[in-house]
Amino acid sequence: MSNLQRTALYEEHVKNGGKIVDFAGWELPIQYEGLVVEHEAVRNDCGMFDVSHMGEVTVDGKDAEAFVQYLVTNNVKTMKEKQVIYGQMCYENGGIVDDLLVYKYNTEKYLLVINASNVAKDFAWMQEVVKKFEVKLVNISTETSEVALQGPKAEKLLQNLTDKDLSEIGFFFFENPVVIAGVECIVSRTGYTGEDGFEIYAPNDKITIVWNAIIEKGGDYGLKLCGLGCRDTLRFEVALPLYGNEMSKDISPLEAGLGFFVKLDTDDFIGKSALVKQKEEGLKRKTIGFEIEGRPVARHEYKVLKNGKEIGFVTTGYNSPSVGKSVGIAIVDAEYAVKGEEIEIQIRKKTVKAIVTAKRAYKKSYKK
Amino acid sequence: MKVVEGLLYAEDHEWVKVEGNVATIGLSDFAQHELGDIVFLELPEVDDELAAGDVFGVVESVKAASDSFTPVSGKVIEVNEDLLDAPEGVNSDAFGSWMYKIELSNKEELDGLMDSTKYTEFCSK
Repeated sequence: MSNLQRTALYEEHVKNGGKIVDFAGWELPIQYEGLVVEHEAVRNDCGMFDVSHMGEVTVDGKDAEAFVQYLVTNNVKTMKEKQVIYGQMCYENGGIVDDLLVYKYNTEKYLLVINASNVAKDFAWMQEVVKKFEVKLVNISTETSEVALQGPKAEKLLQNLTDKDLSEIGFFFFENPVVIAGVECIVSRTGYTGEDGFEIYAPNDKITIVWNAIIEKGGDYGLKLCGLGCRDTLRFEVALPLYGNEMSKDISPLEAGLGFFVKLDTDDFIGKSALVKQKEEGLKRKTIGFEIEGRPVARHEYKVLKNGKEIGFVTTGYNSPSVGKSVGIAIVDAEYAVKGEEIEIQIRKKTVKAIVTAKRAYKKSYKK
Repeated sequence: MKVVEGLLYAEDHEWVKVEGNVATIGLSDFAQHELGDIVFLELPEVDDELAAGDVFGVVESVKAASDSFTPVSGKVIEVNEDLLDAPEGVNSDAFGSWMYKIELSNKEELDGLMDSTKYTEFCSK
């Protein structure tokens, strides 16, 4: 595994028995004890992930708000200080550059969190867009580590390690600094599992202290160390999209079913006119959920058929650990995106029957 | 990792138990551990004629699907139908969860398989 990057927690993963794989150019654990055990820990107790491979970009300057607003699909102008929003960066044609989280300090200072595999592409894109604005962009990805603590017991566990009253951090808000085990961190009430929990950012040279302090207190709360395998099944079950699966340069946020995060009535942003046109003309493709008869799993890019005719493709499919069924998400011609519609999926040499369902196979349980 | 003595092993991590002219084939404990939680199996059908190296089916874990290759040639005479309904059995008891039995058409192929000692070495590389 040469030329792969390691997070600051690499040695901890090896020490704790993590099964290391090449994940988007990073040596990260796919699992520790087992994907299903870890998945269930996050649903029922809590689990901790190393997501230091994610990218972070700081935005500073008097045009910071105008720049971020122009960059992303969501409405940045209505954000409160210390709020986090989710949105996409689009190309002019409405295809997606990446999805991201926007952390607002104030109108002149933001933090953008982007996907590991897209950091170089995204940063180059931002640098091009920023030319029109008085803003300083800094890619702090390589010096910033991130840990996600997720699950219904996450707050109670983390509260042992900080004087900050964590119950005061609302859903999709953050605090900075929050001192955890003596380390100044950014802590947001966000995550990628459909459960309550936190994302914790700290410098590379301090993250191990935070990680090990959480492990030390974790036993009383059923904490499991989690690999990226269950991160994917968890996010998938609650229909949280993944770039490269549900989203791509060839799929618009509207086609991906992410219209909620696209504010077409706000100021101009890159891709807006293409998305307005797409909405006016009506979507030709839509994202659906489906459930398969029996056990076979429909993987990414498998064909979706109707009476033998190709109507789309699977974006993600799993045998869902929480619901115990073979389910998936697909993008199909809009006329078939109707709940209850019978479709077929091409799984290797066989065609299996499936039925169109809601995208979400499992209900989210965020803190209200 | 559990390796049972007296069985033969293929590089693709199938175990082979030979009784007379019949081989019983399953997936090794090493393989189930590497694959993780198994959720689906595709097995051959009775009377299928397989040549060594042919894909006999698919083993699918939560994370990925992998083709499985038959280590020996012959005619499939029995398939473990119970395992199709409960493929997680391979995770809990790899050596108790046989997949299919094949009537050997070329016993010399067995010479190309590993014994338990060689297989243990092979897995540790």
